[in-house]
Amino acid sequence: MLKWLNSGRRKDTHFSDRIFYYILKCIAWSMIILLAAIVVLLVQLSLPIFKSVGASFFIINDWNPPLEIFGALPFIYGTLVSSLLALLIAAPVSIGVALFLTELAPRSIARVVGFLVEMLAAIPSIVYGLWGIFILAPFMQSKVQPALTSALGPETLFASIVGQVFTALFYPVVLVINLFRHDDWSLNRTAEACMSVAQSLFAGPNYGVGMFTASLIIAIMITPTIASITRDVFKTVSPGIREASLALGATRWEMIKMAVLRTARSGMIGAMILGLGRALGETMAVAMVIGNRNEIKASIMAPAQTMASVIANEYNEASGLHMSALAAVGLALFFVSLVVNSIARFIIWNVERNK
Amino acid sequence: MRLESPSEKRRFVRRKITNALALAGLTLIALAAVAPLFFVFTYVIIKGLPGLTFEFFTEIPKPMGEEGGGMANAIVGSSVLIALSSCIGIPWGIAAGIYLAEYKQGLTTKILRFTTDILTGVPSIVIGLFAYALLVAPMKGYSAWAGGFALAIIMVPIVARITEEMLKLMPDHVREAGLGLGLPRWRVILSVVLPGCLSGVITGVMLAIARVAGETAPLLFTAFNNNFGFRGLSQPTASMPVQIFNFAISHDDTWRQKAWSGAMVLVLFVFVLNITTRMYLARRGKY
Repeated sequence: MLKWLNSGRRKDTHFSDRIFYYILKCIAWSMIILLAAIVVLLVQLSLPIFKSVGASFFIINDWNPPLEIFGALPFIYGTLVSSLLALLIAAPVSIGVALFLTELAPRSIARVVGFLVEMLAAIPSIVYGLWGIFILAPFMQSKVQPALTSALGPETLFASIVGQVFTALFYPVVLVINLFRHDDWSLNRTAEACMSVAQSLFAGPNYGVGMFTASLIIAIMITPTIASITRDVFKTVSPGIREASLALGATRWEMIKMAVLRTARSGMIGAMILGLGRALGETMAVAMVIGNRNEIKASIMAPAQTMASVIANEYNEASGLHMSALAAVGLALFFVSLVVNSIARFIIWNVERNK
Repeated sequence: MRLESPSEKRRFVRRKITNALALAGLTLIALAAVAPLFFVFTYVIIKGLPGLTFEFFTEIPKPMGEEGGGMANAIVGSSVLIALSSCIGIPWGIAAGIYLAEYKQGLTTKILRFTTDILTGVPSIVIGLFAYALLVAPMKGYSAWAGGFALAIIMVPIVARITEEMLKLMPDHVREAGLGLGLPRWRVILSVVLPGCLSGVITGVMLAIARVAGETAPLLFTAFNNNFGFRGLSQPTASMPVQIFNFAISHDDTWRQKAWSGAMVLVLFVFVLNITTRMYLARRGKY
């Protein structure tokens, strides 16, 4: 890009250039100011709630506006679980699509499928929500959730295995905690708690709306994001490595495993984190299908609430401390998505630079 | 290929089968990924088409429980909001894009580019909160201004990045030709470089418009809603997405029908914008 012009030592021949440059510079820098202004105003809005309950706002597990009790833990939990669940569904699908597009499909089919995946991203969130609440949720209620409950729900092999795994994971933690406490936490109680959580993981009642349905919708919405970035990453894998592994007698699938997936690993992780960032901030579709229940339930089929959806649902009717609490939820959401997006961008930039 | 022992032969067959299964699995996954598009699209058409009468486009909504009425208020409101956000967001984004592409590539441009990417990732509901704090609270009322501003913030980073990409595609000799004629640099950028890739920039702008046309979250408490038609820029203003949301969560069949029809109009609008721009880009060989 015109190195000699940008070297800085050259005097401007035209004074007007200087003015133009500074105008553009101001406009470009206004984006940083914008980001800073978002932080400042949100902090200002949420100040009252932090003055009243402090940082414990984020660990109080209760949200009751009429009683002026505000704790964001149910929403933090809802956002994390629904986004991670969505990522769990979307990641394999997106990587599969990206592989299909780059490695498998003939060019004409790849173009059509790629276009359709892009269109998936073009559908507005509100339309997904409409479809989710009237079509998907009833279907989940009548078909999918009963099947899941009977296969993975209470008193199934799956539930008891998960219970054992949980217990094995938490036993050491409790043992360590007991080192610092005089009254021993009963290990039996830990085991019981783990088992009961595992038992109710897929328990009913089935409302149709809930965490699982929301995750499914989020998964559909973030698939295009992850797929298009992983596809770009796969395209940067050099043909040399592919041909080398094929020449050694690898089948196509072995070539994909050895040459493509291994070299593109960090790019894939970047794409997934970016998808996670999208999932965290997803608002309208989630607000419509998650069921709006401000409590933490062990069952992933139960209605819940996310940070974004609670703002969308309650901000208009809120006032005073309630409004400030919602703004604080927004502030937290902003920082979480800031961190997640920054990490993703750094990874993807590194991948792009090293290609 | 000659296989000596039976065990080698078995392994060969197993590898072949794994390969076939894996490739078939990938194809199935690709089908499963695009399946939701067909489901959503078909349902939106099936459910939306019956309500798509002439008066849908010309009438304002009737009170709950009454038959008839339309979404004219939302269609007008959405147009106003999109026009307003375009007026703010497009020049802002293009100017930022020019700065990123045409001027010194140092640490500052890197930081700016990073900020732009981060701004793209800010949840739209947070942008709504920001516009509320900045415009609605001081002005003591919901307004089209606040809604348009919120949408503009969403447009800026998209337009900026696409403008940057397009400007970078322009070869340097075009700039040199302009400068060689003794033109100031701003003239070169504005009358030679930018017109040269104007079509590319316009496609970017179209995609940004398609994106904000469906945004609901930032409008909920900025532009709010208004069932009586457009009353001016400093008044609450209806928009398609918010109207669809309000109709969808109501318990009235006429209103729910309107929600589906509105969704159909919205989806078709967004699709037409996307398809035309992408077809254009494909013809240029960018994709």
